Amino acid sequence: MTSPVTKTQDGAARTSVEVRMEGLSRHYGPVVALDRLDLTLQPGELIALLGPSGCGKTTTLRLLAGLEDADAGRITVGGKDITHVSAAKRDMGMVFQAYSLFPHMTVRQNVAFGLRLRKVSSAARDKRALEMLDLVGLSTQADRYPTQISGGQQQRVALARALAIEPQVLLLDEPLSALDAKVRAQLRDEIRRIQLDVGITTLFVTHDQEEALAIADRVGVMRAGHLEQLAPPTDVYSRPATSFVAEFVGLSNRLAGEVKNGEVTVRGRTLPLVDRSTPDGRAVALVRPEAVTLASDSAAESGPLVGTVIAITFLGAMSRVTVDLGDTSIMAQLTTADASALPAGSRVQLTIRPDPVLVSASSDPDVPAVEEEV
Amino acid sequence: MAAVTALNEPPAAAPGGRPGGMQVRRRRRLNVFRYAVFTVFGLFFVVPLLAMGRFSLEGAKLGTWSLTAWRQIASYQGSGIPPLMSAIELTLELAVITCVVTMVLLVPTMIWVRLRVKWLARTMEFLCLLPLTIPAIVLVVGLGPIYNRIQHYELSALMLFWIYVILALPYAYRALSAGLGTIDVETLSEAARSLGASWFTVMFRVIVPNMRQAILNALLLTWALVLGEYTIAYLLLYSNLQVELYSISRNTPNAGVLFSTSFAALLFAFALLLILSFVGRRRRGRG
Repeated sequence: MTSPVTKTQDGAARTSVEVRMEGLSRHYGPVVALDRLDLTLQPGELIALLGPSGCGKTTTLRLLAGLEDADAGRITVGGKDITHVSAAKRDMGMVFQAYSLFPHMTVRQNVAFGLRLRKVSSAARDKRALEMLDLVGLSTQADRYPTQISGGQQQRVALARALAIEPQVLLLDEPLSALDAKVRAQLRDEIRRIQLDVGITTLFVTHDQEEALAIADRVGVMRAGHLEQLAPPTDVYSRPATSFVAEFVGLSNRLAGEVKNGEVTVRGRTLPLVDRSTPDGRAVALVRPEAVTLASDSAAESGPLVGTVIAITFLGAMSRVTVDLGDTSIMAQLTTADASALPAGSRVQLTIRPDPVLVSASSDPDVPAVEEEV
Repeated sequence: MAAVTALNEPPAAAPGGRPGGMQVRRRRRLNVFRYAVFTVFGLFFVVPLLAMGRFSLEGAKLGTWSLTAWRQIASYQGSGIPPLMSAIELTLELAVITCVVTMVLLVPTMIWVRLRVKWLARTMEFLCLLPLTIPAIVLVVGLGPIYNRIQHYELSALMLFWIYVILALPYAYRALSAGLGTIDVETLSEAARSLGASWFTVMFRVIVPNMRQAILNALLLTWALVLGEYTIAYLLLYSNLQVELYSISRNTPNAGVLFSTSFAALLFAFALLLILSFVGRRRRGRG
């Protein structure tokens, strides 16, 4: 990847930096929060770290910010070792999960705070603060106090404040989690627009898979202090590296099957495996709901892929249809128009698209390797 | 299920709007009760104060009005005791010094403990609240030898501030702790640190300004404590305002100046309280 060039406040060009974390470890007493993590952010890249609570994603970000010390490992930014540099001298902008604006300062003063510490002249400070507020669409709120603006606006100001100091790296610690769904989606897109505009290397931590998949150049899925997979969002979703990733990112049907010669046979249908070296034997295949299609067939006789619709969950443009197959149930994701033609109780014939699938670490179809998050 | 639904439904209005009427009557009764309680307690506190004020304005002849007692505050001196004004000056100076020392000691320490050495928080709380459990006489017995030495070297009575700081610790600690509890100290400090702030800047430009109301409350409590302190000054043979007032009441027949001085001290404390609540309201109003 080439190094994107960004503009500084005086109009000069600045090259985005590479961030490298090597063998980072962090323990809290007997608990291992991070276990020899290796992660490299390319210049100007946005990586989203995704994972369940306690997987080490926030610890990674805090170690990078200098808010905590690593037990082992090394962090370099633009080739410079900053492992033992204090947070105040790391030159990183950070947006927190909790509202972190200074309550006694106006929006403008908040944004200018970092510049004031850098002894930027009052006029230049004001100019820069207004530019940043303009970037996040809040220049009209400059003289308000944090308590006088909404949560979404506060997070926008926090973003402007983080960017005002022209940091080398931008760190976002679940900045959208306290916001309602609509504001969240808007601000998510805005963060991405601004990040691309500024071209800053960014680490984004979230537990929301939709957010991570929508915003990132690459998504890192973490589990128990390890990075399970680091790949572009489409790969993480369609070619998950492990069953944990497959089950954590998106929904999966867990269907009992038989692995043989790099393929798995599920309910009479043979599907290719992502990992063709999977040993032969009984297994649980993870099949995405969108790989399942349904056709109404009131005359269908019983068979492995014939069932009865038992529930329809409306999701907007799409709907999720649950079909009872007798010994198990399966979910299919259809357009709402198609799903409306299949009322509860109707008999349907299923088809499973032959996408490559993973088999679960757990051999019991009823025991997922991870709690699914919708 | 039907029963549950029925319970959840709002009660049907009876003819003539009876439930609404009942509610209004109930609210009215509650308001009357509130006002009655407020009036009784108000009178309980205000009547003695008004009586004190009236007595301080009593002229030479019974039933007449005069400002003599108030005019005497600045110049009064009873037989065998120091001038009243010097006791007032000493008490005010002690109050200022105690307030400053208490804040300088407590505010940075409490913020530092909250930010960097959380494991010390319980110990600090215990130490700060300890003076509440120690009777004044025990403190005097413990600190007596030190103050004997101070008196031996003829050091100023202002040295009382050491013991007053100890006495003020629990109240100031509680007020500051409540203030610290209302702000997200960790997030604010991390945000400031990530922007390049030193620990000093974090403390005095980010956290302290957000504790303004708590600091004012702690100051008020400390101030009131020093203004009203009698036991320790008396036992250590210093003459502060309260000791002086007691001496006046015992040694002279001039009760007017006694009441005018006490009333002036109370008015002063009330004025401070009003100023603090005004300052607090102005900040809250901004939000």
